[in-house]
Amino acid sequence: MAVNKYLRQRFFPHLWCPGCGHGIVLNGMLRAVDKLGMSKNEIVMVSGIGCSARISGYVDFHTLHTIHGRALAFATGVKMSRPELNLVVPMGDGDALAIGGNHFIHAARRNIDITAIVMNNRIYGMTGGQYSPLSGQEVVATTAPFASIDPSFDVVELSKAAGATFIARTTTYHVKQIDDFIKQAILHEGFAVVEILTQCPTHFGRKNKQGSAVDMMKLYRDITTPIGSKAKQENPNLIERGIFVQEEKPEYSREYDKIIERATRG
Amino acid sequence: MEKNVKFVQGNEACVEAALYAGLNFFAGYPITPSSEIAELLSGRLPASGGKFIQMEDEIASMCAIIGASLTGNKVMTATSGPGFSLMQEALGYAVMTEIPCVIVNVMRGGPSTGIPTHGSQGDVNQARWGTHGDHSILALTASNHQDIFEMTVTAFNMAETYRTPVILLFDEIVAHMRERLVIPEFGELPLVERLRTSVSEGIDYHPYLPREDGRLPMSDFGGVHRYNVTGLYHDMWGFPSTEPRVVHELIRHLVDKLENRVNRLAHYKEYFLEDAEYVLVSYGSAARSALHVVKERRLRGERLGLLELQTLWPFPKEVVHEKCAGAKAVIVVELNMGQVLQLVKMAVGDPERIFLANRIDGVFITPIDIMKILRLIQGKGV
Ligand SMILES: Cc1ncc(C[n+]2csc(CCOP(=O)(O)OP(=O)(O)O)c2C)c(N)n1
Ligand code: SF4
Ligand SMILES: [Mg+2]
Repeated sequence: MAVNKYLRQRFFPHLWCPGCGHGIVLNGMLRAVDKLGMSKNEIVMVSGIGCSARISGYVDFHTLHTIHGRALAFATGVKMSRPELNLVVPMGDGDALAIGGNHFIHAARRNIDITAIVMNNRIYGMTGGQYSPLSGQEVVATTAPFASIDPSFDVVELSKAAGATFIARTTTYHVKQIDDFIKQAILHEGFAVVEILTQCPTHFGRKNKQGSAVDMMKLYRDITTPIGSKAKQENPNLIERGIFVQEEKPEYSREYDKIIERATRG
Repeated sequence: MEKNVKFVQGNEACVEAALYAGLNFFAGYPITPSSEIAELLSGRLPASGGKFIQMEDEIASMCAIIGASLTGNKVMTATSGPGFSLMQEALGYAVMTEIPCVIVNVMRGGPSTGIPTHGSQGDVNQARWGTHGDHSILALTASNHQDIFEMTVTAFNMAETYRTPVILLFDEIVAHMRERLVIPEFGELPLVERLRTSVSEGIDYHPYLPREDGRLPMSDFGGVHRYNVTGLYHDMWGFPSTEPRVVHELIRHLVDKLENRVNRLAHYKEYFLEDAEYVLVSYGSAARSALHVVKERRLRGERLGLLELQTLWPFPKEVVHEKCAGAKAVIVVELNMGQVLQLVKMAVGDPERIFLANRIDGVFITPIDIMKILRLIQGKGV
């Protein structure tokens, strides 16, 4: 496989459960890098804590595995120091939008050139299946035995409001879209969010009676639809997939040059 | 020479020293009484080739400086109690991953929001034990601006030498007070630059393989070597490990690299200790009043001496033991309920001889306050 050259063999076997969607995201990410033809030295991966965050260990890039929720803050320090590097930050739904929600909206507001990949399994996988701010109502979790009453964030709307300049969503069923969107997100100059619905058969699937990993992926096929499709008009409950936002705005680490220029002007 | 003399706040002395030491990245979040440090650096850093960023909170600030340090910068953040509390998890990450950084905590009265505009020395133990898990830490303090300068430069040097976070525990009183500062010429104070690996591109670099002298050469993150950094227990590759031997060796390494050098890391000043019957032990702003008392009583023939601590962690117990050995009584002067007092008691090993002169009401301890306690100890009444 072409993507093998990006993997750290020494790090395997990986810790993900059989059927976990996170491996599909890893694969898509590596295909994106391969298509971009970037050298391994040009990519920095910063992650927090969670099953999703472990992705950074498996890849032969510059990798920084940090603390829960704070990956974007670490990544901001790296990017400000070395603006020429490509920063990719894979995050779990809890990592990105519960404990890390503040850093997420502020990184988006600054429009700093970082690619945030939200691996949304709607559950805290690593800690054993507690509900997350993306679980939504009527989801059963180990901390929601009577089903959750918590409304969920919409990652796309939240990112839009916070100022992200590239926003896309897809699922592990739509593997071609994964590498296409990640590729475009990395190329994009500014804060890019790619939300990928990814199955956690072990916790979310089991608690919510969604069957096997394959059943869960088929469900992604059935409950999603391309942006603006006729199906969406007929069934507003469908989740849209595609690129929602793609716009040029001043990028933070480059904007800082203006400050340097003002500070050094005699 | 004349241009090197300034009349400044303690916070400004810290900024001058950080720049002298080579600071080139600062991330912070405003909080009294440390904000002047961020304000000054927001102008000075971009003017001198560095970068400043105001983050969304202190957690993010701490994380950002760690990321920036790893890429090869000398970094700092500055805060006070509430912000220092928020930084603790990331501080532990810097300990575990051995990433050099300097954290200034200009202490104010706590707990909680406490008394933001008044001085305190209540965070001494937090500096030591604020982050979870066994570890060791370096914390320095100073009582005047010249020493703030020197200790700040020392903090950067120690951070690089030992690959560790270093905490500067200043207090509101020294930080906001104005006094004379002479900025040393370049070359006057030694500067430690980062030890970088000599392993060339294309050759495997082991980020956590110590050299024979125990030091770990770094490779600027994002540069020619690709490696992994994690807050999990890790092997010489930086790969996570739960192997008992690896875990044991790493925690020992993290603790021993500082605890085996307690005496070398001990910075302190001593005044009239040779024949002192009464030894005052103090640090930071409180040491100013203590010194005043010592000098004044010496004029009247009383044998008082002062041991001023500048390294608080690792606590210089042998120094304290030795300097207090011949004293009739030891009086610890500090602005808290006896945090260093407890350490002095352990170091001296004779608790009946050890007394506390303190204030915990947000007011600076005066020489008269100290004298009153001294009179009681001397059995002379108040
Ligand atoms: C400060 C802190 N709080 C809690 C935890 C425990 N914890 C580890 S991973 C995690 C949640 C993981 O969920 P998510 O981010 O959705 O990632 P997933 O495992 O589902 O991929 C939690 C709560 C932690 N490591 N640090
Ligand atoms: S617990 Fe869930 S998210 Fe974690 S590895 Fe297993 S399937 Fe994946
Ligand atoms: Mg999750």
